[in-house]
Amino acid sequence: MNVACRIIDLQEEYIKLFNDQLPLLQSGAPEKMNSLREQAIKIFKDKGIPTNKVEDYKYTNLQPYFKGNLNLAFTNESAHNDVTQHFHCEVPQLKTYNVFLVNGWFSAKESDLNLPDGVVVCSIRDAAEQHADVLEKYYGKTAPMEKDAMVAMNTAFAQDGAFIYVPKGVVLEKPIQLVNIMTGSEDRLAFQRNLIVADENSQLKVMLCDHTMSPQKFVVNSVTEVFANESSVFDVYNLQNQHNLTTQVAGIYVHQKRNSNILTNNLTLHSGITRNNIRVTMDDENCESHVYGLYLSDKNQHVDNFTFIDHAKPHCESFELFKGVMDDSATAAFTGRVLVQKDAQQTNAYQSNNNLLLTQNAKINSKPQLEIYADDVKCSHGATVGQLDDEAMFYLRARGISQEESRVLLMFAFAYEVIEKIRVEPLKEQIRGLVEKRFRGEFDKCDSCVVCGQSGSGVSCL
Amino acid sequence: MLVIKDLHAKIEDKEILRGINLEVKPGEVHAIMGPNGSGKSTLSSVLAGNEKFEVCEGSASFHGKDLLDLSPEDRAREGLFLSFQYPVEIPGVSMVNFMRTAVNEHRKYQEKDPFSASEFLKLMREKKKLVEIDSNLTNRSVNEGFSGGEKKKNEIFQMAMLEPKLAILDETDSGLDIDALRVVANGVNKLKSPENATILITHYQRLLDYIVPDYVHVLYKGRIVKSAGKELAHELEEKGYDWIKKEFED
Repeated sequence: MNVACRIIDLQEEYIKLFNDQLPLLQSGAPEKMNSLREQAIKIFKDKGIPTNKVEDYKYTNLQPYFKGNLNLAFTNESAHNDVTQHFHCEVPQLKTYNVFLVNGWFSAKESDLNLPDGVVVCSIRDAAEQHADVLEKYYGKTAPMEKDAMVAMNTAFAQDGAFIYVPKGVVLEKPIQLVNIMTGSEDRLAFQRNLIVADENSQLKVMLCDHTMSPQKFVVNSVTEVFANESSVFDVYNLQNQHNLTTQVAGIYVHQKRNSNILTNNLTLHSGITRNNIRVTMDDENCESHVYGLYLSDKNQHVDNFTFIDHAKPHCESFELFKGVMDDSATAAFTGRVLVQKDAQQTNAYQSNNNLLLTQNAKINSKPQLEIYADDVKCSHGATVGQLDDEAMFYLRARGISQEESRVLLMFAFAYEVIEKIRVEPLKEQIRGLVEKRFRGEFDKCDSCVVCGQSGSGVSCL
Repeated sequence: MLVIKDLHAKIEDKEILRGINLEVKPGEVHAIMGPNGSGKSTLSSVLAGNEKFEVCEGSASFHGKDLLDLSPEDRAREGLFLSFQYPVEIPGVSMVNFMRTAVNEHRKYQEKDPFSASEFLKLMREKKKLVEIDSNLTNRSVNEGFSGGEKKKNEIFQMAMLEPKLAILDETDSGLDIDALRVVANGVNKLKSPENATILITHYQRLLDYIVPDYVHVLYKGRIVKSAGKELAHELEEKGYDWIKKEFED
């Protein structure tokens, strides 16, 4: 069932919406999800949608984007949209398990997924039936709704999303690709809740590809919880490719156990307003985490990456690198919170944020935030803001390369370090091409899939 | 080929070139020498089109075209090449990509088809051999982590790839050991032809033992104060610049 609502006063209307639609929200959703709703809405009611008065949201006031005439789907009709039939997403040389989600609802998976024994990829609603124990054990455990109103809002309203479970010892060779499509002829608000569990000694790579397929205004609040159990290796690549009227609040919350190795890479190639919450909790010894991001923005786009690496236990290492290129009047923010807890001795934590501002009007706020309570640690952080190097520019031009081409070469050179961190070779190659296209201004986000570059719906860009 | 008339240039209101006159014809090698701060590097930067410097008077024409009116890239495409005193490191731009872009932009300007990947690689192999540059260098980012000598060799390699009509070598010999100097000089000599010309900007006579100039000019306080044949270089080596300064002041 689709509900159109007019949001002016935010809190009151969202609370009313919740109360009015609670039967539908609960209907068909896993018991575990329903059990947290009441508590979540209470927190949400207290905190409200963050303005820039909330320290953690200092650079992104979300309130204006959650107002207006927005449609919400409380049942999964919209998921049975034939959009997935037309949407083929293939990276050359890369085989993936493809799964589609439409407006936050699990829509379809390719019929011939042929997953190895025991690997589960399904709707989180279906997971309640066969994998209730997994859901019970992990759902809501690492995304802190009591700390963040957006997580609380998601926990209250989310009805669907993807569920991925990789059992002990299984190594998935092919990445799982979750294609998130926002579409429809009305402005829309969507919630999505994903749960990913990589059990002991397993290996898993996930691509989260966010797209818009119609020119309406979309507001998305998604939460992905990831559990990397003992000695597992987990990668997630979030490719954000949405039109300028999109507001995306995307949270990735990773919980690590002993000897696990995780990588997150948020590649914001095109979007309207993006807020990425990336939290890694290293809750055991000898964990390694790699947290990367690349944001390319122009016009009035805004990208805010908020990262929080929690070194809760000793002997863990984290590597963090975020790079951004801002053109026109684009703005961006980076917060790198690193918490080294009292007992987390022998911690190594490295953080770096580099920004390239191409115009006078582009703006970046970069904020390293290190809190260290242990005394035997190595932590470093660095933030830079700069322009294109005049000398390098002249060097290239003096070899006969045009000013425009020199700019593209230098911007790409700046961004490449993050691209090199991608641990899936064909994807790396593809992203290289896309980033170059983006810098050349040839990147038509509405027309094509970010990953395969194929022609899509032919919707014009905004 | 190159005709410079009464060229004045300044940086931030400080006049550095104060009336340069110079004519270079095809097949010639000119050496421009002079003490530190005399304006040698400024002259090469101005000719290559570095926007840091402002030309306030005078003219420079290249094959009859007004050089000062052209963008740096068009000067390069017209056949002017500057070997930088301090080649810039550009991490993230591979040598191959850089050179292919440069060569193909030259070809586009000349209304020729771009080189295919295999044609380009073949050309690169030939030129690498010609200038004795280490194969590995071209697999790296532009000048990144190159030693001083490697950077200068890389400049000569780029010159070989772009086949300029006029090459300006700005202090190409500075910081080079004797082996690197020989490699660089050999490269320059091999690329010499009756159609192209070279301007060597140098502090010392050393390079001129390997690349023999037809003319030697002394630049002092932004002007060419003395021009003669190659014997002038030897005289400078023996006596230093003081006698020139003295002569000029008087």
